Amino acid sequence: MKFRDYNLGGFFDEMLDEKGRPRPSVRHLAHTLQALPDGELIRRQKSADRALIQMGITFNVYGESAGVEKTLPFDLVPRIIAAEEWTQIELGLKQRIHALNLFINDLYHDQKVIRDGIVSAHVIESSKGFRKQCIGMKPARGIWCHITGTDLVRNGDGQIYVLEDNLRCPSGVSYVLENRHLMKSLFPEVFAASNVRPVSNYPLRLRDALEFLAPSSVTAPRVVLLTPGVFNSAYFEHSFLAQQMGIELVEGSDLVVSDNYVWMRTTKGFERVDVIYRRIDDDFLDPEAFRPDSMLGVPGLMEVYKAGNVALANAPGSGVADDKVVYAYVPRIIKYYLGEDAILPNVPTYICDEEKDLAYVLENINQLVVKAANESGGYGMLIGPHSTKEQCADFAQRIKADPRNYIAQPTLSLSRVPTVVGDHLEGRHVDLRPYILYGKEIFVMPGGLTRVALKKGSLVVNSSQGGGSKDTWVLADDTTKDEDIEARVAISSQTQSSGETA
Amino acid sequence: MLSRVAESIYWMGRYVERAESVARFIGVNLTLMLDSSDREQQWWPLVNTTGDHEDFKKRYQFATEENVLRFLTFDRENPNSIISCLRSARENARSVREIISSEMWLQLNTFYLKVNDAATNGKGMGSPHDFYTDVKLASHLFTGITDATMTHGEAWHFCRLGRKLERADKTSRILDVKYFILLPSAAEVGTPLDDTQWAAVLRSASAFEMYRKKHGRIWPKGIVQFLLLDAEFPRSIRFCLNAANDSLSAISGTPPDQAVNKVEKLVCGLHSDLASSDVDKIINSGLHEYLDNLQDQLNLVGTGIFETFFARRVRETSKLTPTEKTQ
Repeated sequence: MKFRDYNLGGFFDEMLDEKGRPRPSVRHLAHTLQALPDGELIRRQKSADRALIQMGITFNVYGESAGVEKTLPFDLVPRIIAAEEWTQIELGLKQRIHALNLFINDLYHDQKVIRDGIVSAHVIESSKGFRKQCIGMKPARGIWCHITGTDLVRNGDGQIYVLEDNLRCPSGVSYVLENRHLMKSLFPEVFAASNVRPVSNYPLRLRDALEFLAPSSVTAPRVVLLTPGVFNSAYFEHSFLAQQMGIELVEGSDLVVSDNYVWMRTTKGFERVDVIYRRIDDDFLDPEAFRPDSMLGVPGLMEVYKAGNVALANAPGSGVADDKVVYAYVPRIIKYYLGEDAILPNVPTYICDEEKDLAYVLENINQLVVKAANESGGYGMLIGPHSTKEQCADFAQRIKADPRNYIAQPTLSLSRVPTVVGDHLEGRHVDLRPYILYGKEIFVMPGGLTRVALKKGSLVVNSSQGGGSKDTWVLADDTTKDEDIEARVAISSQTQSSGETA
Repeated sequence: MLSRVAESIYWMGRYVERAESVARFIGVNLTLMLDSSDREQQWWPLVNTTGDHEDFKKRYQFATEENVLRFLTFDRENPNSIISCLRSARENARSVREIISSEMWLQLNTFYLKVNDAATNGKGMGSPHDFYTDVKLASHLFTGITDATMTHGEAWHFCRLGRKLERADKTSRILDVKYFILLPSAAEVGTPLDDTQWAAVLRSASAFEMYRKKHGRIWPKGIVQFLLLDAEFPRSIRFCLNAANDSLSAISGTPPDQAVNKVEKLVCGLHSDLASSDVDKIINSGLHEYLDNLQDQLNLVGTGIFETFFARRVRETSKLTPTEKTQ
């Protein structure tokens, strides 16, 4: 595998510098790839594809007939992040989540942020995720956003920007864990030589963060994961995480509210539930509080939650900040609550709800990426430079009809990572979704899901529209403890079992 | 454990066993074909064994080898075909993935994908004989992996319960078919054809060698004794009911001879019946009637299991008991 014919295409490449030379952090990997004999790369890639199917690491695509599962395509060239760069990212994410939590709490209480003119009431009230039913609620430990997946991108200038915050039911972490598992069997030699930080303690950390929410009087809190069921697109992740954490996977029909507590139906009777990691959207959570036609939720759940007798993660109502328009205000929100400048910048964003920005967007729509405030999965989006005049005109109409619901950003020159295409490597655009847990402390998992747009030239990385994933390696530096380095963890446990001393 | 999860794992066990049984029936019948001159007539009994002859008649005209094999193996509209059973088993496993081992899932998924490939495009079938042997082996492997990698707790017991009840039911059908359908006239008793058919019955229950070891020559009474009442052969109905009884007691946490609920009483009773039965009495009063009744009882057991463990119950509101409060 030679890099001589690799085309940088004028984009920032995560692996190679402007001169096409491997960056310092990727030397081991680059060396290994170059040394692979002909056909070996594709052989390993195919073996990874087979493993994914056999392991059933799949997702369901909405709009396809029930029971159709697809594997999330996995590319075996990882995306590598140097230790110093990660330190900054980690600080930036912790700062951001800290501020967002304060923000959400404020919105459901005194709304000081609105009174002080940082965000308009109009934007908040029209946010699809704002839930009147949650006004005045006091979730356990004051935490609203327990699990967040914040999407990051690197632009052509080399700077990392935040693309959006996913606060409702961010998914993808199961792929991170399984990808890492797969990579260890595909490239054991590279792991041994590099200092990659492990991701395998995520389930443990998540469980700790969830147990933290139970009332202190409960000695052995029962935590469950609430899933909509096998037909949900992220079902694999629900069952995977439940298993990794050692908690029950439940559906709405397994739970019942009685005596102002939540109970689960077991073969030996009813057992009380203390914490629910719910992977069901607010709307479907409780037919008595939200959508009455929901068959997925638990009637009466919100009453128990209000009484403080069950904890819900993420807290209902936290989706108010999972709105692309609210996103645009986050740097100001960080400044307001923490008195600090945002460490990680937002992508420059035009808010169509504001007149000046709206005019600019309509005038320059063919050069911008326009997004609907509350869509996900890459839907409801227009990529100006890749669209026809008709598509742009059509989208402009939609914006004019509902300006509050749209934001626009300049087309980013997303960075690329070498990706297996046939028998050689080509650059493909990527983003990164690290996962942040808010428990006793705020924990940022080292790495995350690198999503890659597999189609040549495409910028859409979402799984539901043809994206794939890569393993993400955050390298350790001299300050990193041994238990935070993959290879060292493996070696120390080996020597322990064989009775040798290190 | 969650009732829904218990139900899923119980059915996972039943469906895999069912798929294996079908493969076994077919495999033996294929072998039998080689010794028979009247080809067409031999495929009807197979359809009858499954109890799905009405369904078959509706959609297929003649009981040709091709039709019967397709009906029993790849017909997705037949809920008891091999492909349908595996699909159901896999769906059940998928909804309880977090409590089975990853090796179990891997094996079941691979098993299903292989049969599905064969159903969709005839890929990788090899000869029919090889295919049904592969299905049997894949099922054995799944059971072996289950026993070796799953904690033998409540969940494992539900799986075993499903498997054993299914096996008891299928074994009773094998016996029934031979006695009732394969043997139209008493004059044929003791003829080479009869012997061959009985041998086939034994093979379809994977019992041929073990039977020989215990009873020697082939005679109907011995076979009924072996498949119905033997205490040690793992595929005999009595053995299966004993295992089912054990699993039920493990689930309720009480000794096997102390039945604490209706279904335990039923299974315990069935097992003691078989343990104390006399094969001559059974044959004289009518094997078919006996087996028919047994199958009814097994159906009652199935319903009883559903009502005791899986059915949606309402929780009576009450003051919290002291233990519930401090849980």
